[in-house]
Amino acid sequence: MSKKEDFVKFDKVDKSYDGKVLVVKDLNLDIEEGEFVTMLGPSGSGKTTCLMMLAGFETPTNGEIYLDKNPISNIPPHKRGIGMVFQNYALFPHMTVFENLAFPLKVRKMSQVEIEKKVDKALSMVSLGGFANRMPGQLSGGQQQRVAVARALVFDPSVVLMDEPLGALDKNLRESMQYEIKHIHESIGVTVVYVTHDQGEALTMSNRIAVFNDGKVQQLSSPDKLYEEPVNSFVAEFIGENNTFGGEVSEISNGTCRVKLEKGEIIANPISVKSVGEKTTVSIRPERALINPKDKMDNNQKGKIEEVIYHGDHTRVRLNLLGNSEFILKVPNSSQNLDIKLGNEIYIGWNSRDARALDPK
Amino acid sequence: MSSETGKILTTDGIPLEESLKQSEKKNKIKAFLLVAPLLLFLIITYMIPIGDMFSRSIDDKMVTNMLPKTYKAMENWDGKELPPEEVFEAFYLDYKILVKNKTAGKLQTQLNYEKNGFKSVLKKLARKQKKFEEGNYKEQIMKVHKRWRNVEYWRAIKRRAPSYTYSKYLKGIDMYSDEDGKIVQVSEDRRIHRILWIRTVEVAFFVTLFCFLMAYPIAHLLATLPMKYSNLLMICVLLPFWTSLLVRTASWMILLQQQGIVNDFFVWIGLVADDNRPEMMYNKTGTYVAMTQILLPFMVLPLYSVMKTISPSLMRAGKSLGATPATAFLKVYFPLTIPGIGAGCLLVFILAIGYYITPALVGGASGTLISNQIAYHMKSTLDWSFASAMGLMLLTGVLVIYWIYNKLVGVDNIKLG
Repeated sequence: MSKKEDFVKFDKVDKSYDGKVLVVKDLNLDIEEGEFVTMLGPSGSGKTTCLMMLAGFETPTNGEIYLDKNPISNIPPHKRGIGMVFQNYALFPHMTVFENLAFPLKVRKMSQVEIEKKVDKALSMVSLGGFANRMPGQLSGGQQQRVAVARALVFDPSVVLMDEPLGALDKNLRESMQYEIKHIHESIGVTVVYVTHDQGEALTMSNRIAVFNDGKVQQLSSPDKLYEEPVNSFVAEFIGENNTFGGEVSEISNGTCRVKLEKGEIIANPISVKSVGEKTTVSIRPERALINPKDKMDNNQKGKIEEVIYHGDHTRVRLNLLGNSEFILKVPNSSQNLDIKLGNEIYIGWNSRDARALDPK
Repeated sequence: MSSETGKILTTDGIPLEESLKQSEKKNKIKAFLLVAPLLLFLIITYMIPIGDMFSRSIDDKMVTNMLPKTYKAMENWDGKELPPEEVFEAFYLDYKILVKNKTAGKLQTQLNYEKNGFKSVLKKLARKQKKFEEGNYKEQIMKVHKRWRNVEYWRAIKRRAPSYTYSKYLKGIDMYSDEDGKIVQVSEDRRIHRILWIRTVEVAFFVTLFCFLMAYPIAHLLATLPMKYSNLLMICVLLPFWTSLLVRTASWMILLQQQGIVNDFFVWIGLVADDNRPEMMYNKTGTYVAMTQILLPFMVLPLYSVMKTISPSLMRAGKSLGATPATAFLKVYFPLTIPGIGAGCLLVFILAIGYYITPALVGGASGTLISNQIAYHMKSTLDWSFASAMGLMLLTGVLVIYWIYNKLVGVDNIKLG
């Protein structure tokens, strides 16, 4: 099966609700067939609006959405053949689990035999084989969630949309459901567009993640790239933990730059700075900075430990470094014990490659 | 199974159940004291009057007490031929006392209910009995009026012998027990109550239907509109609630009369000719229109409260699963509103079936309902026992409807808000 690269395509889509504010600005997004794409962003960033436009419950103010090369703006939701899992599951409370799953098949006028076969298959896929005759109200949150997923998949849609489906579940259940949904996606190869504000969820499940902010896609890349190589300070801040220094570029040469801070100077990787004198925010991941590094690193600074928090597998250390008293370090709790005590002064080193000079905040 | 394990004891060795009862006792007493005023109020204003109505509707002691000797003498009379001399004598003696005490009028009225034309016969007897001589009362009484020779009048008296009667209930459905004690229908031209019962149910049914048809879209709009618009609409819905019932009914009279605003408008747009204005008031049309408007909020509010709880994502889910908007509405939205529909319909129907003021004012002759008939007997004929009987029949009817509703929909499915 040759995969279509732009199976779902947002082409210059704008959306405004009140004619004054654009909720979505010039959105361009291509989703490959069979891909799991997550729209990640803080609330109010326009991600759910995008999903609703794709589902057909909102119309784009400008631009066009294509599904398998066909423009779909004028197709009503029920003819799009897109499955959807809603935030609060939206199971029909007056129907049994079986009837809920049979609903999309019945409106498609399938035979009773076929319906039973498909519902059975879908239920066993989410391991709810014996629950066909229960009412949704008799199920736990996780079970309801699985019924909702099964219902969105039972009629073999080409695309399934999921709108923060795990938001109402407790932490453990949420994690196990993440894997379950991921495995279902892998086994049936359906295209999934997933919306969440939980970055951990996005990183775990997706092939690619579109980070939304302020109605725009800030970055669209694979989870590892998104984490390792954020293209701007919003993405760096939003995904994972992040230490930042605000300063001014004093020199650029050979793929490195010097950034002058209020106190001191660091060497960084110029990502979005072009010329000397530009303001910049330098972002360093906590695990990229090491205590008393053995190998030589081109940044080496002295900091004072201000707080130590034990986290089981690792210890979080807060330092005052170069005037930034919010500098976080993650130290693995291995046998090699370092001299981490409140008030101690220690040396911290990192490679300039990992210190990304991004746009100023 | 659990009985084998024995009673569970608390740490102090007291059986758990007992200990629980004791600790709950105080709360129970508190709760009871809190509801006691309302309970007392309900007993005084609701249970006692209904009990009184019931006893009044079957009470027939009045005639029994007025003619004690007569009924004693009548005990051995089989009612086939004219009663023997002792009955005549006893009746004369009873009646004499009544005339003397000036309470004969009541008896005349009561017996006239039983047999038409009895009143004049008794009045004549009251005048003539003063000159009666002792002995042979049968002859003397029969001389006063020839109807005394008719055995039916005596049977009419005998029929009132029991202290309790269900005759008022029979009358309420246009039936009576005839001279032989058989239950038969009254002659066709006098069957007014049955028409009224049917009309009452019919009006209540159609008013409920019209209310439902109009309230459903409004309630849906209320539940889905943004807050600022829905508040305004809600006030429009509730406005009639805050206006006096009489004022609203009177304004319908202004609107609907033949020279009224609605008719003027119809003439103006050329729908009807000026000399052929339709009658929209003092008939069923007027009752329908006014009652529907007045009872509309009782349908809107339960529907609204149910629709408010239905998540909009359910309709979206239906559509995304491939159902057309119409199918999604019928299969998903509508079934979820049934508790509200049930509550609204029950409320409106029960209110409509006992409605009084509006049909009395705009109903005319063809638009009055059973409640107007009850009021008529309360105020004009003063036949309170008949009014009580009809009131109880209405109450029973409502309870039957409630019971049927419970069987069909289930009362616990009702949602009033």
